[in-house]
Amino acid sequence: MTAELTAFPPMSGFATVQYAICLKGIVWREGLRFLHQRERFVAALVRPLVWLFIFAAGFRQVLGVSIIPPYETYVLYEVYITPGLMLLIQLFNGMQSSLSMVYDREMGNMRTLLVSPMPRWFLLSSKLVAGMAVSLPQVYTFLAIAWFWEIQAPPLGYIAVLPALVLSGLMLGALGMLMSSVSKQLENFAGAMNFVIFPMFFASSALYPLWRVREASPLLYYVCELNPFTHAVELVRFALYCQINWISLAVVGGCTALFMIGAILAYDPSRGFLARRGEPGGGT
Amino acid sequence: MTTAEPPAVAIEGVSHCYGRRQALNEVTFSITPSTFAVLLGLNGAGKSTLFSLITRLYAIQRGRIRIFGRDVGRASSEALRMVGVVFQQRTLDLDLSVVQNLSYHAALHGIGKHDGYARAEEVLARIALSDRANDKVRNLSGGQMRRVEIARALLHRPRLLVLDEPTVGLDIKSRADILGYVRGLVVKDGVSALWATHLIDEVADDDDVIVLHQGRVLAHGSIPRVLDAAGAKDIRTAFTRLTESTDDAIEAS
Repeated sequence: MTAELTAFPPMSGFATVQYAICLKGIVWREGLRFLHQRERFVAALVRPLVWLFIFAAGFRQVLGVSIIPPYETYVLYEVYITPGLMLLIQLFNGMQSSLSMVYDREMGNMRTLLVSPMPRWFLLSSKLVAGMAVSLPQVYTFLAIAWFWEIQAPPLGYIAVLPALVLSGLMLGALGMLMSSVSKQLENFAGAMNFVIFPMFFASSALYPLWRVREASPLLYYVCELNPFTHAVELVRFALYCQINWISLAVVGGCTALFMIGAILAYDPSRGFLARRGEPGGGT
Repeated sequence: MTTAEPPAVAIEGVSHCYGRRQALNEVTFSITPSTFAVLLGLNGAGKSTLFSLITRLYAIQRGRIRIFGRDVGRASSEALRMVGVVFQQRTLDLDLSVVQNLSYHAALHGIGKHDGYARAEEVLARIALSDRANDKVRNLSGGQMRRVEIARALLHRPRLLVLDEPTVGLDIKSRADILGYVRGLVVKDGVSALWATHLIDEVADDDDVIVLHQGRVLAHGSIPRVLDAAGAKDIRTAFTRLTESTDDAIEAS
């Protein structure tokens, strides 16, 4: 026995620096896991690039876009759908992070996180931040490739869009986390992805402006308006042109808070879905 | 240890239900600091449920659990800082190296990078795995993984180790090694250990034993005390008698 090992930890609360260390550790681990899954990175890029290079090119003539804010002139269809494709990366990333939480719960890794003495809300928030952080390099890599495809925003826009991406990444991650808390098995979650990702993406302003949707179906227009993904897309679209869409900011901020609180409550051992099932952190 | 020191674990009237199924029923026992206590029970006895309650994975529905006097329900952070956990399932990240797994655990306890690495080196030396520090966990044997999990549980220098069937799936030598190592921690380091198992041959003469069956504590104390309670000469017979008599009583009722 070394003298050090007998020095039991003090009984005080955690210092701010310890919270920072914990957050950094969780982000670091998520980053490492991402690096180990190169195919995940490739898939994350290929998906929007296929939309951009093939879908957008094919529909360029069919789906013309009139002058709508934040654009000050006619824009190519590829330019229009770029913010939506950036959000598509984040949407898949959020769901992927949550998928890893379901996997971790099944495999037991999640237990190591949940038995940490840090407050559970902090652990889950850190996990969320970690998932969001992993999405940022993916989005910027996509933007870099798009640059060479002559889809170029104002240079300052690439900086201005960062806070919008952080917020939208947190919102989509929180939604995924909430879903992971109610999903008992991987299979259920995969099913839920089909019911969430595609409806969210298509019933939004990611691929077509909402005025076009309203012309086709007023009901669908309202559905799209109520879809938080629409507001995340618009928030990013405006930020990319150094503008703020206040309504979208409010909706995305509100939804982030709502989903996050829901996820934290769901993972709370005393009242969450998991507690009701009798398996707050793990599978047995 | 002074006589005033609170028990390493004090479990008072703990009950837990999964829906209508009662997993634990008025479980009460305590463990003296620096002892090796064996929670002995068959599969489905409620051992893992109890561990999940001790580690705050489950909310305590009824009763109270204190770790060195700290209430898990009310002061969970303080209580959990004193606990090192080894789960029945393997919970290491297979794609990370041994030292990365340990560093991650250190961060979860608010331990900085340098201190974390120093502690990782220290615990790896203690489990004789220093040479595997940079290997991916995936490449370790089952016994080595278990040792890493124990090292991880010790990293934040807990006063109490809770181990849920840590020898499941291991060969005889690995089992003996791990058991001997944890016993050594108790004797040399003054750590308390709560070791859940269904294997009677993991019980030693000087252990404290808690016999858990169908969610109830049938006997608790030193080996002689448990033998007295069962009117048996050895722990195997005592365990069989206690559990069978309970089964008979339940069947009769």
